Amino acid sequence: MRRRTRFSLEPKYILAICSVLCIILIFVSVRYEDKIQPVKNVVTGVFTPMQKGINTVGNWITDKMELLKNIKDLQKENKELQEQLAETTYENRILQQEGYELDTLRDLYELDKRYPSYPKVAATIISKDTNNWYSRFVIDKGSDDGLKVGMNVLAGNGLVGIIIDVGHNNATVRSIIDDANNVSGMFLKTNDQCNVKGNLELIDNGMIEVQGIDKDAKVKDGYEVVTSTISPKYLQGILIGYVSDITLNSDNLTMSGYLTPAVDFSNLTTVLVITELKEALY
Amino acid sequence: MKRFFMFFITIIVCFLLQSTVFQALSLAGVAPNLLLIVTVAAGYMYGRTKGIYVGLACGLLVDICYGDIIGLFGLMYMCIGYLNGYAHKIYFRDDYTMPIILVSISDFLYGFFYYVFLFLLRNRLNFFFYLRRIILPELIYTVVVSIVLYKILHILNVKLERSAHKEV
Repeated sequence: MRRRTRFSLEPKYILAICSVLCIILIFVSVRYEDKIQPVKNVVTGVFTPMQKGINTVGNWITDKMELLKNIKDLQKENKELQEQLAETTYENRILQQEGYELDTLRDLYELDKRYPSYPKVAATIISKDTNNWYSRFVIDKGSDDGLKVGMNVLAGNGLVGIIIDVGHNNATVRSIIDDANNVSGMFLKTNDQCNVKGNLELIDNGMIEVQGIDKDAKVKDGYEVVTSTISPKYLQGILIGYVSDITLNSDNLTMSGYLTPAVDFSNLTTVLVITELKEALY
Repeated sequence: MKRFFMFFITIIVCFLLQSTVFQALSLAGVAPNLLLIVTVAAGYMYGRTKGIYVGLACGLLVDICYGDIIGLFGLMYMCIGYLNGYAHKIYFRDDYTMPIILVSISDFLYGFFYYVFLFLLRNRLNFFFYLRRIILPELIYTVVVSIVLYKILHILNVKLERSAHKEV
């Protein structure tokens, strides 16, 4: 081993020093959030290009897994259509790949027509939160493309989430199914207000919570919930999802229920960002 | 110095893989925690001091890129690195079972404290649901990945030690 004159310290003292450092950092980051932002920007700015590169590998793997699923489906068909199989398998595989791409583009196009008044930017998802508890992801557009904190994110035919953090070439999006997320919503037919709340316990059933519906509200299962006019963060009239299982709470004042989001969060790759802030409209 | 660079590169590669490729490969809605494996391996192979440094680096990286509160993960990973450093006393080069046991215990503790700090404090009381939905699947997936990853880290370590001997 190389010999070095080194200043040595008992590990427990190092632990104590670093713990104090962390606690100070926690305090600073909670108290002075703006001061931390430049540091975050530098670090995420370095990592984003790398993640972008590696993510093409990740997407390739997902593509292959999609392909495997397609093959399974085709094998089921095989038993019913023995004769046609040989030709169809080959054609199908190519067509399905193209169809998948077409679907995504068509969805984006339709969405563009549905919310025509807002200016939008398309972005690709490049990485996801490393822990499994929250549903946050990073997209490949940032302040260079005019994105700001608080902008709404759409996909498919509904609301995906909101931008909570912006670097110069990336932005973090917190989705509406995230356990810490709240959206004030409104029933499209009756204009009754409600609060849509992400809940990790319901994600597996493909649902999130709806709370605070007035007990006199004449709402039924299957009604559309859109973002509310009174929401300070979300632009009004964006489809969130469809409500179900509405029950009267034990406090006898409000009703609550479940909501199926309009967006399929499991296979999200491309999203649209509305480059207009709600605050600007006041 | 070489060891420093090895850990520097390992941490970055693992972070990139964990946030991109393994998210695409997630099973049952969870992805494995590679940074935790690196921290455990550092503590187990090099002792408490290295465990602290590597844990702190991993934690702060996650904090800065994804966290709201900077320092919380740093603290958690650091404590895990430190505690695993105690196992350095029974470190034996060809033992591959001990690190797996350490990884599983560490991942459980990580999940448990994560739940306490970020979910229990927000009045999410259904612990057993989170145990079944996140903590246990993540533990199993992480342990399976750690079998491979630890072996790679271990080989790197042996090579480094050999080259260090040659220099003397």
